[in-house]
Amino acid sequence: MTSSLQQTKELTMVQAITDGLKIMLEEDPTTMILGEDIGVNGGVFRATDGLLEQFGEHRVIDTPLAESGIIGTSIGLALNGFKPIAEMQFQGFIYPAFEQIVSHAIRIRTRTLGAFTVPMVIRAPYGAGIHAPELHSDSMEAMFTHLPGLKVVIPSNAYDAKGLLISAIEDPDPVLFMEPMRTYRSTRATVPSEKYSVKIGEASTLTTGEDVTILAYGNMISPALAAAKQAKENDNVNVEVVDLRTLYPLDEQTILESVEKTGRVVIVHEGHKTSGFGAELIAFINDKALFSLRNPIVRVTGYDVHVPFFSIEEHYIPNATRIYKAIETVLHEE
Amino acid sequence: MTTSLSSYLDQLERMDHDYPLLRMIQPDGSKAFTEEEYDVTLLLSFYKQMLRARMFDRKAINLQRQGRIGTYAPFEGQEAAQIGSASALQQGDWMFPTYRDHAATMTYGHSLETIFRYWKGRIDGCVPPAGLNILPPSVPIATQLLHAVGASWAERLKGQDRVAIAYFGDGATSEGDFHEGLNFGSAFNTPTIFFCQNNHFAISVPIHKQMKSRTIAQKAFAYDIEGIRVDGNDVLAVYKVMAYAVEKARRGDGPTLIEAVTWRYGAHTTADDPTKYRDQSINEERRDEDCLLRLERFLRQEGVFDEQQIEDATHEIAMEIDEAVERFERAEEPNPHDMFDHVFEDQTPSLREQHQQFQKEVTS
Repeated sequence: MTSSLQQTKELTMVQAITDGLKIMLEEDPTTMILGEDIGVNGGVFRATDGLLEQFGEHRVIDTPLAESGIIGTSIGLALNGFKPIAEMQFQGFIYPAFEQIVSHAIRIRTRTLGAFTVPMVIRAPYGAGIHAPELHSDSMEAMFTHLPGLKVVIPSNAYDAKGLLISAIEDPDPVLFMEPMRTYRSTRATVPSEKYSVKIGEASTLTTGEDVTILAYGNMISPALAAAKQAKENDNVNVEVVDLRTLYPLDEQTILESVEKTGRVVIVHEGHKTSGFGAELIAFINDKALFSLRNPIVRVTGYDVHVPFFSIEEHYIPNATRIYKAIETVLHEE
Repeated sequence: MTTSLSSYLDQLERMDHDYPLLRMIQPDGSKAFTEEEYDVTLLLSFYKQMLRARMFDRKAINLQRQGRIGTYAPFEGQEAAQIGSASALQQGDWMFPTYRDHAATMTYGHSLETIFRYWKGRIDGCVPPAGLNILPPSVPIATQLLHAVGASWAERLKGQDRVAIAYFGDGATSEGDFHEGLNFGSAFNTPTIFFCQNNHFAISVPIHKQMKSRTIAQKAFAYDIEGIRVDGNDVLAVYKVMAYAVEKARRGDGPTLIEAVTWRYGAHTTADDPTKYRDQSINEERRDEDCLLRLERFLRQEGVFDEQQIEDATHEIAMEIDEAVERFERAEEPNPHDMFDHVFEDQTPSLREQHQQFQKEVTS
């Protein structure tokens, strides 16, 4: 007898990603994974663990150590009917491939009026907080949200990671899928064993509240939720935490509904402040909901400094204390 | 036996990476090989195609001078390299050109009108005829080698025997993507032809400043793939070498680097003045090795250069070009909505809003 109940598993985010990759490799014979150390080694974070054994070396490909080569070759594969899922070992290593992304992957549809397209996914673990060596901890999402023709997705938990990854792989356009390293194994979530998708472009309201809106994503969801809890317990302030999940295209409606309700906004991101994604969010709220604001928007971000060596990285990363203070600031009436 | 490290090193034989220049037809028009069959019909056809390309190129420069198209990148001098190579492809193969490779793309099937549209600043100038895998010109340098590797790799994975050719110049060999392309092609044994037109100048920088390597073909050695150096002004030699590389790729025997040694007589583009960086009197010497002149000499020696036939062909080509000019100049106005319509398959909400804003602005 088959159970009508959906099978579920308790998975970490990185396990959920492996699960999503496996499902898509099983389902779609045009999918293939390319990256450094992703085959025999299963990826430096084990995100591709076991996939080489199951799908073979024509589907799960250990490439030469060359990021531009990985993305450039993936573009060619995508032009010719394949669905490459390219792994950048760390987001901080993506820069050699920037030209391939900016000048080709995201432009070919426009340049050929749709005659050629590049459906591909670039996976990139990002962010600080895991005591990684220098240059492994960047959070440069804003460099990519600036680019036309590229979708930028950042999950914050295992359930969303699997569902969003499946959507990204099924998307007809290039998607940058940034994976918050610090959240890879920090928590588990109940994840259906089956295939499911979480739609790209939809935010998720994690807590509802009428006093303050927090807009955050990825690694920042955990401290944002902690700060919201603290505000409730200490000050009886109800904070609505909105997990953006997709930075481009942005879920404008969910953000506006929350901002119009609370009139007070705290934006949290780990990337640097200047020209960070928070600046775009502020500009968006300025365009659409300025007069709903009761106080100026407050940003809690990484500083405009290089992500420091890990002995002091916690001083760089926005934490619950800083977010809690920002909640106090945004509540302050002149 | 050596007794010291220094004597050991002194005795190391330096491997001689000698990549001799292959020719089928000498600059004076004589045959380079006495025991080869020369297909005169094929060569007459090549001659007409090279004539067509040259006349197109000169017309494009004239149109630019008259302000009827934008900045243009002339290829005069490189017709044999492009036509000889493109002629060895079959439909279904993949072509990744640069902005100076229109002799190749028109040979492979792009219409002259489309190429004019490209230089008129119209995006529809990038769209190939249905069924032809010609990508838009790569403007960044050497990036397209990797696309050719990926697209041709895909053919292998599908069990097809199609190949891809990437065109690039001597300057491109300094880029990282050149080396990544050769390495990926070598590592995955892809059916890729890396076709370098060494025209000796990267805009203003001469090849001796670009590299210390004596040849470009020798760069294949490091990747353990075949490198072939061919006289790029000898259309038959280029065709033969390319046919060899294509055949090898179709069999599954991997990529080839071809260095076609040639010359561009003109500027990098109509926006620069070559007399600033090059003694243009060199062009006079180079004209003696010109691809059209060489083939004419050969055909005359074979007694098959029919003045009347060539005059008729010239007339026909001029008409074809004039018609293409007329068509692109009479073409409908470019559609400004194209810039919004093809960013994604489905327009995103913010893009839709910007598009609506734009529509209001253009209609108000």
